[in-house]
Amino acid sequence: MKPASPPAPPGALRTQALEQRPALAIAYPQIFAPSPWRRLLTLAIIAGALGLMVFAVWELDFSWSRIWGGIGKLGDFVTHMIPPSYGTEARLVLYLKALGETLAIAFLGTLLAALFAFPMGFLAASNVVANRLVHILSRRFLDSIRAVDTLIWALIWINVVGLGPFAGVLAIMTSDIGAFGKLFSEALENLDRKASEGVVASGGNGLHRIRFALIPQVIPIFFSQVLYYFESNTRSATIIGIVGAGGIGSLLSERIRENEWPEVAFLVLLILLIVAIIDQVSSRLRLSVIGQRNVTFS
Amino acid sequence: MTTFVRLPDAQLLPHVLTYRRALAARRRQTIAAIIVLGLAIIAAFFMAEVDVLKLVANFTNFTSYLQRIFHFDSGPYTGQLVVLHPGFGTDDWFWGITKWLKLLGETLLIAYLGTAIGAAFAFIFCFHAADNLGKSRTTRWITKRLLEFCRTVPELVFALIFVVAFGVGALAGVLALAIHTAGALGKLFSEVAENIDMKPADGVIASGGNWTEMVRFAVLPQVLSNFTSYGLLRFEINVRGASIMGFVGAGGIGQELLTAIRKFYYADVSAILVLIIVTVMVIDVVTEYVRHHLTGAGR
Repeated sequence: MKPASPPAPPGALRTQALEQRPALAIAYPQIFAPSPWRRLLTLAIIAGALGLMVFAVWELDFSWSRIWGGIGKLGDFVTHMIPPSYGTEARLVLYLKALGETLAIAFLGTLLAALFAFPMGFLAASNVVANRLVHILSRRFLDSIRAVDTLIWALIWINVVGLGPFAGVLAIMTSDIGAFGKLFSEALENLDRKASEGVVASGGNGLHRIRFALIPQVIPIFFSQVLYYFESNTRSATIIGIVGAGGIGSLLSERIRENEWPEVAFLVLLILLIVAIIDQVSSRLRLSVIGQRNVTFS
Repeated sequence: MTTFVRLPDAQLLPHVLTYRRALAARRRQTIAAIIVLGLAIIAAFFMAEVDVLKLVANFTNFTSYLQRIFHFDSGPYTGQLVVLHPGFGTDDWFWGITKWLKLLGETLLIAYLGTAIGAAFAFIFCFHAADNLGKSRTTRWITKRLLEFCRTVPELVFALIFVVAFGVGALAGVLALAIHTAGALGKLFSEVAENIDMKPADGVIASGGNWTEMVRFAVLPQVLSNFTSYGLLRFEINVRGASIMGFVGAGGIGQELLTAIRKFYYADVSAILVLIIVTVMVIDVVTEYVRHHLTGAGR
């Protein structure tokens, strides 16, 4: 380590500190002389990570000419994007309608998911249903729902209700049932036990315990999680149209394919704006309901 | 016998009234909230073209779709459950395993490379965005807005644009994931950096270190384990994201899945879905194990 560079004539404090150094070095060997094995391990992990990156670049067939060519084209697109424009008035109406549709998809999808996941969360929480088999099965069930992306669910629902925003609502609902189920059950498991014990001790049965001890504690947490997901679903709902499930995504992907860059820029700005608004609104609501900023999510 | 102390009615009355007023105000608020929510639901119903009758009428489609993807629809096993022949032979469920595993590997590599590049940029930017470390108000503001932009635009939108610019293939997917990851991780990283103990940083500055040395010797040791943990979490998310990149032509197994769904290769749909679900779950379990280890050792 470098000694501190310019300071004036070494003061008494400095000499004192330097005198203590050997003693400190003996007292904290790991800091002054880290074990070579640990160093080697760190280096090996870094080398492995970098090696895997190189392998990935090679395996995925990146070439400099493609990268440079692409960057040049991107620059072109960006210059074409300025100034953003919505084209004709008729298109503006179309875009705003699609935006409303996007919001509606996110809102209904989140709401329905919350409604369905509410009982699921209780079923999957180990302190509500003590049966281990039920617990494991419901957790695995929720995990497999979650592992399938919203867009894949959208494709599946399109087969059922046809193209359009309704399929988007159902897709967001399905994939969020998995997420909410997991979050709700974890929230339930982390609750303060005292309230439940009190209800049981004064003669309440299982349902009384859920109604009077668990639900009052867990509702604010659920609410804040639902709002948080509404925010992130607004983002998902903007892209769900790419596969034909309604919202602004289908228009966006069309404009990109048609090289209508000013309109692409307008749509992206529209998305940014709406997401920012929803963020603001939902964080206000969340604050007013739970009275604090942070509720943890995993 | 116990006696209850009770305020005289004359003193009690104002309290009772205040209580009633507060209660009434709360009730009014609740009713207003319910009305607003109800109106929003009705509006959303119309805008999203919700058609419950259609759902009910077609719900058998959903169950029969699930049924169909789990039965062979061609070959010698037509009509049988796929799980009865889970082998890798030409007529079995996982007949395309070599192709699919290769695509799955590609998906994982896209997720990995996207996460790594994104994390590298997040790492560079996060110290500039942190309130306690950023060099000036201007750079802080610019970095924060930049990160916000990167994470707010959905990755698939980036992917769509990049596919046009860089051509069809994994490159577009990697870059799209990288940009989104840089934005998302940059925010989390800077929040971690904002919560550190500033004493070591003051110490380094006081003994003549410059900004880079301060970050290296005072900040980094405090944040590294959390950074790794968040990075792994993001990798998990990106594996999911990479599995659908193929929908827009940006590489990975998504393209194959899209083809199978669109062309009604039912047994293939379930086979690919099972592969994706299993991979995602394995990655989840592994990264969760590593993360617990990291944060446990870090404290």
